[in-house]
Amino acid sequence: MNALRRLFARLEIDERLLGMLVSLVVIWVGFHIASDGKFITPRNLYNLGNQTASVAVMAIGMVLVIVIRQIDLSVGSMLGVIAMVLGVIQAFWLPPLLDYGNPAIWIVTAIAGVVLGAILGGLNGYLIGYLGIPSFVVTLGGLLIWRGCAWWVTYGQTVAPLDQTFMLLGGGVYGTLRETGSWIAAAVAVIIIVIAAQRQRRQRIRFGFPVRPVWAESVVVGVTCLLVIAFAATMNAYEMPEVAAKRLAELNNWPVPEGGLHLSEGIAIPVLIVVVLAVAVSILLNNMRFGRYVFAMGGNPDAANLAGIDIRKMTFWVFVLMGALCGIAAIIASARLQSAGNSIGTNDELKTIAAVVIGGASLAGGSGTISGALIGALVIQSLQSGMSLLGFDASLQNIVTGLVLVLAVYIDQLYQKSRRAV
Amino acid sequence: MADTTQAPTPLVEMRHISVSFGGVRAVDDVTVDLYPGEVVGLVGHNAAGKSTLIKVLSGAYHRDAGEIWIDGRKASINSARDARHYNIETIYQTLALADNLDACANLFLGRELVQAGGLLDEAAMEDATRKVMKRLNPNFVKFHVPVSVLSGGQRQSVAIARAVHFNARILIMDEPTAALGVQEARGVHELIRQLRKEGLGIFLISHDLHDVFDLSDRISVMKNGKLVGTVRTQDVTKDDVLGMIILGKMPAVPATTQH
Repeated sequence: MNALRRLFARLEIDERLLGMLVSLVVIWVGFHIASDGKFITPRNLYNLGNQTASVAVMAIGMVLVIVIRQIDLSVGSMLGVIAMVLGVIQAFWLPPLLDYGNPAIWIVTAIAGVVLGAILGGLNGYLIGYLGIPSFVVTLGGLLIWRGCAWWVTYGQTVAPLDQTFMLLGGGVYGTLRETGSWIAAAVAVIIIVIAAQRQRRQRIRFGFPVRPVWAESVVVGVTCLLVIAFAATMNAYEMPEVAAKRLAELNNWPVPEGGLHLSEGIAIPVLIVVVLAVAVSILLNNMRFGRYVFAMGGNPDAANLAGIDIRKMTFWVFVLMGALCGIAAIIASARLQSAGNSIGTNDELKTIAAVVIGGASLAGGSGTISGALIGALVIQSLQSGMSLLGFDASLQNIVTGLVLVLAVYIDQLYQKSRRAV
Repeated sequence: MADTTQAPTPLVEMRHISVSFGGVRAVDDVTVDLYPGEVVGLVGHNAAGKSTLIKVLSGAYHRDAGEIWIDGRKASINSARDARHYNIETIYQTLALADNLDACANLFLGRELVQAGGLLDEAAMEDATRKVMKRLNPNFVKFHVPVSVLSGGQRQSVAIARAVHFNARILIMDEPTAALGVQEARGVHELIRQLRKEGLGIFLISHDLHDVFDLSDRISVMKNGKLVGTVRTQDVTKDDVLGMIILGKMPAVPATTQH
């Protein structure tokens, strides 16, 4: 155990994150065995990625909210009202103005989602940051208000069908990068990982600081790249259902070879969106002033204030970001369901907060990571879809998810204590 | 009537400063000054208004009345950033450190070095932190752990490093040794003397009269938000100053005032 710890220290690997990854793998293997080999399959993992995406996007923003000692209970309802408005925009407002199926429809709709989200988030941020109303109260109000508004948008009517291109943003059968696109995405990711590692190393060498040994650096970078490639390969191993492939071939006038068409799904678009957002917000959080101030506010608001940080403004912008991410989550969620109904996103605020907390963030503020929150979101979705696969009913799913949440936080506390004792 | 041994222009003059909280006058028409290369001790009971007065200078509180003059020119200080613009640095009693951040992040908090594209230049900040810590506390090696795990003295040196690195000309120290052991307190005394020699003006707030007599050139005494008076340390005894603190009365010896 100690030798292992020393190895991790040498490799500068975050033990806590590794622990979460191991737990996730344990859950996956458990379901795999219990379901007679149905869980860890390209198809199930592909679906898992799609199902996790909208909560994962909101969890990215919730990390910042929780780090600055706030909470946002309104994200699920904001998702709901935004999805309803976007449904109306793309199904009722735009088609008469533009041609049916015009590519501008999905673009205008998506932009509207992000902007509307930013506005709703900004409203939260204004009430919390500038008027000083506790975020628990403001967003508890929002939870009720926006869910009610979601109903009012269409008086409870579900909006369907949505724009064809827009629905690709939710994944599904066609919303993917396909085989070539997935390999290109993986290659780009590998190049970025290598360049970023080199850049960081060169920076430290510039000032003569200690760097980790070349072998350790190579192992870490190598393993990360291998994981990226393995992910792309797994997604490419999921073959598009034959009916769907045939329809695609007809649409594009592809010749169908003898023995049928074998097309790979590849990386789903919502998963790609999650990855891009996670990287972008991680840079904002860990490598820019904004993120530094977010952590400072969470660690000691008085110190942040005395250091000249405008806490009210920072609070406002964190909630704007949270809202914009809700907008993106609304796009993904409604596109995946191929419709907008007023109950969309119900209870997602609880899933989102649970994901961030399982991911190691402290509700006392000051700590939290995006990678942890993403793993947390995957853990929750894995539990739910795994139990569905095994035929557990919804009430039992809730019981198990709740128990795992409490247990995960307890184990993390024990780990933190043991580390402090070392 | 400026002190003849001092430079003619004070580094800082705080004139007729008043601050109220609700109906309470925390600081009531107080005037103090500070010359380069001088330590002025600020003493008084709890709630005498020392910290409030000094937070006006550091930009943390807004004054209701009065003026601040720096280098003989009227200064406008309305925020912590403004104060920093005038090279005023404050070491708070609480140290004002973000416990979850490391020494480098705390040292540069609010003034981070950034590269093109807005990315933090972590390596350059670490380099600067290592340099300034080498001067203040050569044994300091914990650059990459949250400051919450550092000892009291180490935390103090991070707070002081922040002021020193940014070339403070005016340094405000609020109870700098209250949380320290004997050895660590001696280090801080040494540093205060050294900074004074380098020409900084230092306001020293302390409950410890022994410290104040040891370090200050002049002592300003406050009581109930008002200034009792300012005396030259060499002209008075501890009993004189105690009398000022408790009774609010000036001693019989001639005192040096600001005007």
